[in-house]
Amino acid sequence: MSNADVIASSETLARKLSADEIAEIEHEMTLYPDKQAVGLEALKIVQKHQGWVSDESLLAIARYLDIPVADLEGVATFFNLIYRQPVGKNVMLFCDSVSCWIMGCEGIKDDIKNKLAIDYGQTSEDGEFTLIPVPCLGDCDRAPVMMVGEELHRNLTPEKIDEIIQEVRNKK
Amino acid sequence: MAKIVVDGVEFEVNPDNNLLQECLSQGLDLPYFCWHPCMGSVGACRQCAVKQYKDADDKVGMLVMSCMTPAADGSIISIEDEQAKDMRERVIESLMISHPHDCPVCEEGGECHLQDMTLMSGHNYRRYDKKKVTHRNQYLGPFINHEMNRCITCYRCVRFYGDYAGGTDLAAQASHHHTYFGRHEDGVLESEFSGNLVEVCPTGVFTDQAFSQHYSRKWDLQTAPSVCTGCSVGCNTIPGERYRQLRRITNRYNSDINGYFICDRGRFGYDYVNSDARLTEPSQQFDAEVVPIAEQELQSVLEEFHSGEGGTIGIGSPRASNESNFALRCLVGDENFYSGLSDRSQEATQLVLKLARDKVFHSPSVREIEKADAVVILGEDVTNVAPRIALALRQSVRNKAKELAAGCHIPQWQDAAVRELAQHDRSPLAILSSYATRLDDVASDCVVDVPAALVDTGFAIAASLSDLSGAPATTEHNAVAERIAAQLSAAKRPLIIAGTTAGQTGLIKAAANIARALSARSEAAIDLCLLVPEVNTLGVSMLANNDNKLSEALSKLASGAARRAIVLENDLYRRADSETVTAALSGLEKLLVIDQLPTATTSQADIVLPSTAFSEHEATYVNYEGRGQLSFQVHRNHNRALPAWRWLNDSEPGDVEAMINRCAEEAQGFDKLDDLLPDIKQFVAGMKVPRQSHRYSGRTAMRSQVNVHEPKQPVDSQSVMSFSMEGIPSASNATVLGSVWAPGWNSNQAISKFQNEINGELKQGHTGSLLIERTESVSSFYTPEAAAQESAKGVLQVAPAYQIFGSDELSARSHAIQQRMTDAYVGISPEDADSLGLKQGDSVSLDGNGTLATLCIRSRIRTGTAAVYCGDNQINPHSLGATLTLSKSETISDDRGISGLIVSDLYEEGY
Amino acid sequence: MTRGPKQLAAFEAADGYQSVKAIARGLSPADVMQLVKDSGLKGRGGAAFPTGLKWSFVPQGENSPAQKYFVANADEMEPGTFKDRLLMEGDPHLLIEGMIIGSFAIQASKAYIFLRGEYKVSERALKKAISEAYTKGYLGKNILGSGFDLDIIVHTSAGRYICGEETALLNALEGKRANPRAKPPFPQVSGLWGKPTIVNNVETICNLPGILTYGVDWYRGLTKGNDHGTKLYGVSGKVKTPGCWELPLGTPIRELLEDYAGGMRDGLQLKAFLPGGGSTDFMLPEHLDLPLDYDEIAKVGSRLATGTMIILDNETCPVGMIGNLMKFFAHESCGFCTPCRDGLPWVDGIFNEFENGRGNEKDLQILHEHVEYLGPGRTFCALAPGATAPLGSGLKHFADDFQQHIKDKRCPYRH
Repeated sequence: MSNADVIASSETLARKLSADEIAEIEHEMTLYPDKQAVGLEALKIVQKHQGWVSDESLLAIARYLDIPVADLEGVATFFNLIYRQPVGKNVMLFCDSVSCWIMGCEGIKDDIKNKLAIDYGQTSEDGEFTLIPVPCLGDCDRAPVMMVGEELHRNLTPEKIDEIIQEVRNKK
Repeated sequence: MAKIVVDGVEFEVNPDNNLLQECLSQGLDLPYFCWHPCMGSVGACRQCAVKQYKDADDKVGMLVMSCMTPAADGSIISIEDEQAKDMRERVIESLMISHPHDCPVCEEGGECHLQDMTLMSGHNYRRYDKKKVTHRNQYLGPFINHEMNRCITCYRCVRFYGDYAGGTDLAAQASHHHTYFGRHEDGVLESEFSGNLVEVCPTGVFTDQAFSQHYSRKWDLQTAPSVCTGCSVGCNTIPGERYRQLRRITNRYNSDINGYFICDRGRFGYDYVNSDARLTEPSQQFDAEVVPIAEQELQSVLEEFHSGEGGTIGIGSPRASNESNFALRCLVGDENFYSGLSDRSQEATQLVLKLARDKVFHSPSVREIEKADAVVILGEDVTNVAPRIALALRQSVRNKAKELAAGCHIPQWQDAAVRELAQHDRSPLAILSSYATRLDDVASDCVVDVPAALVDTGFAIAASLSDLSGAPATTEHNAVAERIAAQLSAAKRPLIIAGTTAGQTGLIKAAANIARALSARSEAAIDLCLLVPEVNTLGVSMLANNDNKLSEALSKLASGAARRAIVLENDLYRRADSETVTAALSGLEKLLVIDQLPTATTSQADIVLPSTAFSEHEATYVNYEGRGQLSFQVHRNHNRALPAWRWLNDSEPGDVEAMINRCAEEAQGFDKLDDLLPDIKQFVAGMKVPRQSHRYSGRTAMRSQVNVHEPKQPVDSQSVMSFSMEGIPSASNATVLGSVWAPGWNSNQAISKFQNEINGELKQGHTGSLLIERTESVSSFYTPEAAAQESAKGVLQVAPAYQIFGSDELSARSHAIQQRMTDAYVGISPEDADSLGLKQGDSVSLDGNGTLATLCIRSRIRTGTAAVYCGDNQINPHSLGATLTLSKSETISDDRGISGLIVSDLYEEGY
Repeated sequence: MTRGPKQLAAFEAADGYQSVKAIARGLSPADVMQLVKDSGLKGRGGAAFPTGLKWSFVPQGENSPAQKYFVANADEMEPGTFKDRLLMEGDPHLLIEGMIIGSFAIQASKAYIFLRGEYKVSERALKKAISEAYTKGYLGKNILGSGFDLDIIVHTSAGRYICGEETALLNALEGKRANPRAKPPFPQVSGLWGKPTIVNNVETICNLPGILTYGVDWYRGLTKGNDHGTKLYGVSGKVKTPGCWELPLGTPIRELLEDYAGGMRDGLQLKAFLPGGGSTDFMLPEHLDLPLDYDEIAKVGSRLATGTMIILDNETCPVGMIGNLMKFFAHESCGFCTPCRDGLPWVDGIFNEFENGRGNEKDLQILHEHVEYLGPGRTFCALAPGATAPLGSGLKHFADDFQQHIKDKRCPYRH
């Protein structure tokens, strides 16, 4: 049974992968002996370029690698860091695990919630921020912590939250 | 054998299996969900916990999952241990926390493994008072309902659908307690075996949609053991009837044939039985007018035929039972009896029968097909012609994985571990076909070429196995042929598959040569599986004289050499080209046609007699192996239809068993047919076996709109079964096992109580009898024929194509199947489409004669080939030559087009 | 802290890659395996299984599969654990050298670093270091003329705690849903893509260069206790100077807490602590004088595990803390086996009720039952049993706090 059948009968249409995406996926092909492994890499690559993995992207990857789209969706929805819904330009990965909790992360979260009017899983109105809880970020001696984009912010305080938000908004 | 102790009782068990399986084999009750007898263990549900002790002195023990623990010699376990019982109760409690408890409105209710296991585990009070997890359901097509809220996350569905059946469009999604089983988006489930989800799911997530539309509880269905008439495999089924309607079909376990699974044609193709179009009473036709025929007049017509004067041509049918064909043969005489197969099909089938008597071959059962460790398929599209065998072939390629696992001391039942170890390593499966098939994804080699080139390749394989088998002139596939030959000769149990549906007798001969060459090397009988298309193709061919060709019958009728004909359950427009049939049938003195549904042939008849459908009569059929099987009547026909043999029988209406006995006595090759009949004397107190369960309800009320008095239950004078609850269900004779139930086991999982061991034969198993004896020793090889030739530009070589939903005449008249059917299509390569200026989905005219089909551009088909799928006889295949030309048609062939068509290589531009 | 990773030159100057040179000079895989066995090194990821013994299960010889894999488990995600990050950010070449040793010992020609996706700094440091190692001939074909080939690939995870379980990690690396696999068969026999595979924790691997370079006696001499070598210990929570330190195994808890972490913040008292991440049992102030070593901690019913302590002070609600952990475990359950998938959310739900003043005796009883129900041997992998460690010990040690929640119909720690 071919995966192509499933895609051919799909309501959603696959988008075309960009040349950059394809080049990066091809590179991953050299690192893994099986294309299913490349599937997960491709999800990350596409997300890096598109911000998130749309249905159209999901189909595009499945088609490109000729792997079952249902399996790929099973993988995409399993992992915390693959976004199957649009996210803001800056994803706030907010650590809510035990050390950060002891150090008062709940107050910081409330602060973010008030300042950006978003709860977990939501994106701020200006499309800049999405707040997502993340398990322990491994920086417990400087809790509470959160990642914004690729940058880790430590010893969070309401003042630091202001700075982080301001910094992003200033860049606009 | 190993000895284990369970709660102080010693049992002899098979140490190659796990504890759960062996406990169940011993008849012990131990609850489980994720384990499946045919799919092994993964250890997900944790329901089958038992206490295991290190030795006799160990009084503490530890909990183990019995499905994940080998039944090693000396094992001491306890099912009754309080801690183990508590664990099992806790597991059920967890599984139930988000279950909706909607049993009263759930189709699974009353035959739900979850209900049974909940009761068995002793959980009966809900303590969970938090919010339940809920899910959105998906549209999965016309066969299957989806109700995810009932899911207990046992992973059985995806393990069956993907791992076992090779489906790619159902998978586990999300995670933790939000785990979801579905497609990536709403849409039709693509696997031809999707219906098995209904039986694999331990609760009501996947239910039978057609059944839901006319639902009854399991215990309210009148059931009997039956045989599927959808193809020549002869899967065993249990049809269920209520309120004069056939309501569903479920699998009936047969260790040799279908095991636990049937295909979707078999499961959903029954609804034509309930069709308003059914022929209801004897009628006669004058010009275009149809009028009922009076009883008296009917008798005189029948007597006229019975008198034997004037020579009557009798045309039998591969979809009619042995009894009906035999009765017709008795009526018209051997010399006037025709099988009803097309000439080409008859020639091929006679060849199959000839090989079926040859000692160097063995016809493998489906179970034996699963054991093959190297397979070559010559030309047959197995998935669409004999679907259950395609499922078996998917298991055969896993023998390599099992071998690797054995090498690493991984038990075979460790399903996930065996798969993980083997990755993509598979036993060889080579497919020679004119187009991509649905098994290509597990094939080691696919030779895609025009039919004649496939014949050459087949002979080339044989030639590289034996010098005695002549080599074809040339073939470009020599290298592949040599590789396939090497794989076959290295195999412990090679299997060669060919058949009559590819339309090339050369392929059957090549298959025979390959098997003969292998047999000469190994000095053993070689598995040669020769497929025929219909339920009783072999049976009717065994009854008919070789020399009686349909074309001759038709020309006798057309020329006036014969003036009367009886056509038995056969639409001749599917057996010969339309002009010839029309010429033969028009102007006859009397044409009597017996059938269940109107056809092009019945419309030509003078007299039309209605016959009963498969579920309305007891009958025997001969499957592809030559195995005779008995199918019981499930319910009565409430119109005037009779089993066809009853219309034809010249003596007083005898019973069907007398007919079967007579056939066994008189028809050559059928002498073992009466072995199929159960002996009522063996039954408890000589009592009949009830078709209704002991919980059958509403018997008094069901006809209350007609009469408040409950009528007497109809008496079945014909068989060992009764049309009522009275009698004693036989747990000892598998032939009359029309439903499975055991105390505490209301679901189909109760089957374990009827097997002599898990996956073994049914107790006192009776799985049909092989009718054809291998008595002949032939040593000669066939000479290669049919050298492939280049055809002229624009001329395409025809390769017949089939679809599981559409190619079978009767199931194609069922509502659920019709929703999956497409237009007839012609499949060609993108290059041919390009040069003909045609696009995907265009309507095309065949040979410029007005025959229309939809164009299906396929990416893996040889340029110069036209794969022709005739739809539900929209194209008469006998009107086609060996080649055809195509042109674009402005008339739309069919509104359905090819949307929803499932082929593995549908061409899409731009990719 | 903005100190960058140790540069290759500095690393080499500090005896870096000496072990690789020793291999090139003729040390055999069996020699390496024996050295590691003799060193007594135990896995630092949490399970503390002897590393040399683990390696010895990899089939060797002509009949074994030619392809074998070595995998560094850098999916640090145990709540309260922050040690592997420091190693990778600070000394990436140490990990690479260790991986060369491990891969050589089991004759794996391909190695993967399974790295947490969020560890961006580690990713950059490792990729740079790997590229440098290739340039210098420490990686690639015929390493330093030894005839041994090795490629190391950095795989960044898409994020799931369960990937820290070695078989789930392998499924993730294969691009599958990261459900754990049944054991047996162990990864040493059938691991990545069905081939023999060793998965070792980053810290474990970082112990290898020292063992080879300075010898078994040196290594065994580093300890203060029964187990050998050093360990990274961390302290988080309301202490004066939280952090992570490499100390001899067997260092007393009190020394770590008071000398290194500076003791409790002013005004706070130590109520209890988890000695090695979120899946360990609570220990109490009375245990402060125990040495931090595998056996000694096990004796009092907990586990040293990752060696990173989480401190519970007297003003933080223990019920809330356990509830936080339960939410984490419930969310990170892969959904494969029933007790974990359906049991943990129930436990989590009950903690929510306690938090919101709706705790009751019936639910408390259910929590007690789940300690047993989610315990070892009942679930498919160690995730849920890990959750029962703080749950079970917490129910025991903080029974009064649970009762107070029920009685007050609110969290008594909230003001």
